Amino acid sequence: MNTVIDAHNVSKVYNRETVPVYAINNVHLHIEKGEFAALVGPSGSGKTTLLNLIGGLDKPDTGSVFINELDITKLSANKLIDFRLKNIGFVFQSFNLIPVLTAKENVELIMQLQGIEKSVRDVRVQQLFRQIEMSDKMDVRPAQLSGGQQQRVAVARALASRPKFVLADEPTANLDSKSAFNLLDIMTKLNKEEHITFLFSTHDQRVIERARRIITLVDGRIVSDTAAVSTRHEKADV
Amino acid sequence: MWLIKMAWKNMWRNRSRTAITMAAIFFAVILSVIASSLKDGIFSNLVKNVVSFYTGYIQIHKKGFWDEQTLDNSFKSSSKTVRLIRGNKNVTAVASRLESFALASSVNITKGCLVAGIEPEKENRITFLEKKVIQGSYLLDTDYAVLLSQGLAERLKLTTNDTVVLIGQGYHGATAAGKYLVKGIVKFGSPDLNSRTLFMPLATAQNFYNADSMITSYVLSLRNTNNLQGIRSQLGEPLGRDFEVMSWEEMMPEVKQHIQTDSSNMKYVQGILYLLICFGIFGTLLMMMVERKFEMGMLVSIGMKKSKLIILLLYESVFTVLVGCLLGITASIPLVYYLNRHPIKMGGETAKVYERFGFEAIFPTSTEVSIFIYQGIVVLIIGLLLSLYPMYKVIRLDPVTAMKR
Ligand SMILES: Nc1ncnc2c1ncn2[C@@H]1O[C@H](COP(=O)(O)OP(=O)(O)OP(=O)(O)O)[C@@H](O)[C@H]1O
Ligand SMILES: [Mg+2]
Repeated sequence: MNTVIDAHNVSKVYNRETVPVYAINNVHLHIEKGEFAALVGPSGSGKTTLLNLIGGLDKPDTGSVFINELDITKLSANKLIDFRLKNIGFVFQSFNLIPVLTAKENVELIMQLQGIEKSVRDVRVQQLFRQIEMSDKMDVRPAQLSGGQQQRVAVARALASRPKFVLADEPTANLDSKSAFNLLDIMTKLNKEEHITFLFSTHDQRVIERARRIITLVDGRIVSDTAAVSTRHEKADV
Repeated sequence: MWLIKMAWKNMWRNRSRTAITMAAIFFAVILSVIASSLKDGIFSNLVKNVVSFYTGYIQIHKKGFWDEQTLDNSFKSSSKTVRLIRGNKNVTAVASRLESFALASSVNITKGCLVAGIEPEKENRITFLEKKVIQGSYLLDTDYAVLLSQGLAERLKLTTNDTVVLIGQGYHGATAAGKYLVKGIVKFGSPDLNSRTLFMPLATAQNFYNADSMITSYVLSLRNTNNLQGIRSQLGEPLGRDFEVMSWEEMMPEVKQHIQTDSSNMKYVQGILYLLICFGIFGTLLMMMVERKFEMGMLVSIGMKKSKLIILLLYESVFTVLVGCLLGITASIPLVYYLNRHPIKMGGETAKVYERFGFEAIFPTSTEVSIFIYQGIVVLIIGLLLSLYPMYKVIRLDPVTAMKR
């Protein structure tokens, strides 16, 4: 198996001068290609901070983050933007989409940024909307989509650039159960069928149950890292 | 291309904000065009007045005449000199004058007056004298008759077809005397000119003053009056040292002074106007940056280069400012033309001061095309300079902070 993410001895300290807060404290984390891993933990445990460090949105105070064996903490801010564009798919908790663009245009945006030509984009967009089961909603503005549908489009956008992995910070936090499950179904399917690597944070117990690996953070430290206890859904699928 | 499309869409995301920005720019352009065209209009109207009342844009005299305006400082008119003057492409007309003083009498009233011997047809091209005739008719070159200014006629209790008697001192101390038919009455806006001026054909004046073929000045009209100093020196060179070439600015320094004070006051008004424009535009830009902070953070997070984001914002501002400017210019054209046809009338003291100087008490606008373009460009530049602010914010943008709520 090949390692996609390798966080090495990573720490992030806030308020170093006054009352230091170890948002992330000496974390080691490996994520292999094709994993479907959940980052869990109480509020303030450092989930967002860790995802930002892995996604190259933030720099650690100590340690390194290797993505496919490249230490991204050594990249300049500008190089990092380009690196993110080409290697990482992002899904945020909400407001992922540009309100003035249609669902399709939002997904296309990332490929336009990559300079991919129109014909290729069109094929890819069609395929992605099939995968998120929203082919009929391509030309709709985000405001006319439900929260769950918006998150699915966000997943499609994250995948549009064919990233090495997708980072999702609480992607279901603003969704009702049905939409949350629906989004999880799609993510699971993409993971199984397309071997897309997902690392997402959540404190939603129902979501945790669907993960195949659960990494628990408390006070910026990984306190447990286990293969999923329950494979109930996988069994049910078979 | 897709960036342009996205910018266009962004402009309409918050219609009222875009509309406010555009309106701010729209009114800014209108106000600054009107302010500027009023400034220029008033300025050139004053000059036009000075010129058309009597002085002309430029006069040429024998050296020393202006300081000592007597017939002894007259000179022989020569077609060679006129040709030299007309050789300058900017000169559209040259009229000769013989000017001096005399006592004018009717039956039992006598009054001092300025006698101007003129070439009626040429004079009319420069000072539009014929238009000022309110009674009787204009002079012909061969007339042995005079035009009286209205005030002078009233004082002498004379009207057309009456006779006026002139007595004065002729060239080289000769006595000058004559009886002339009053052919017409002319009315001047300037109380000074209106109270004491008398016109007669040049030949008649030369005859009266016993100053055969002598004149005191050439009065010039010009095609382009922007560079008077340049024209002055162009004219002065071929004429040599015997002549003095004077612009209206030198002949009427108090008018020049007045115009300068007025136009620098206008500059302050315009400065304040530009400042207001700045606040208007800046306010909406601030609003926009606050509203879109999260979105910009997200775009940078998913991999949009800041330079692209800046270009996007630049397109948006250019569109907004350009549309506002163009609409403003379009709307200001009929306004300025209207104010040109129906100028604002001054009132009260100002009007009196203007009339004392002999000017029409109105504020006309200038319809010079360059004003619209210049003011449009100034506002455009203000708008674009202000849009450096969002760009600065983008350069400083940290996606993590921007996306925090
Ligand atoms: N910019 C910051 N300045 C100071 N402290 C910060 C900052 N960002 C995060 N923290 C602190 O770091 C710790 C981890 O925060 P983080 O947002 O990563 O937690 P989280 O696990 O994502 O929480 P939640 O589940 O509420 O989203 C918290 O104690 C938080 O207060
Ligand atoms: Mg969080």
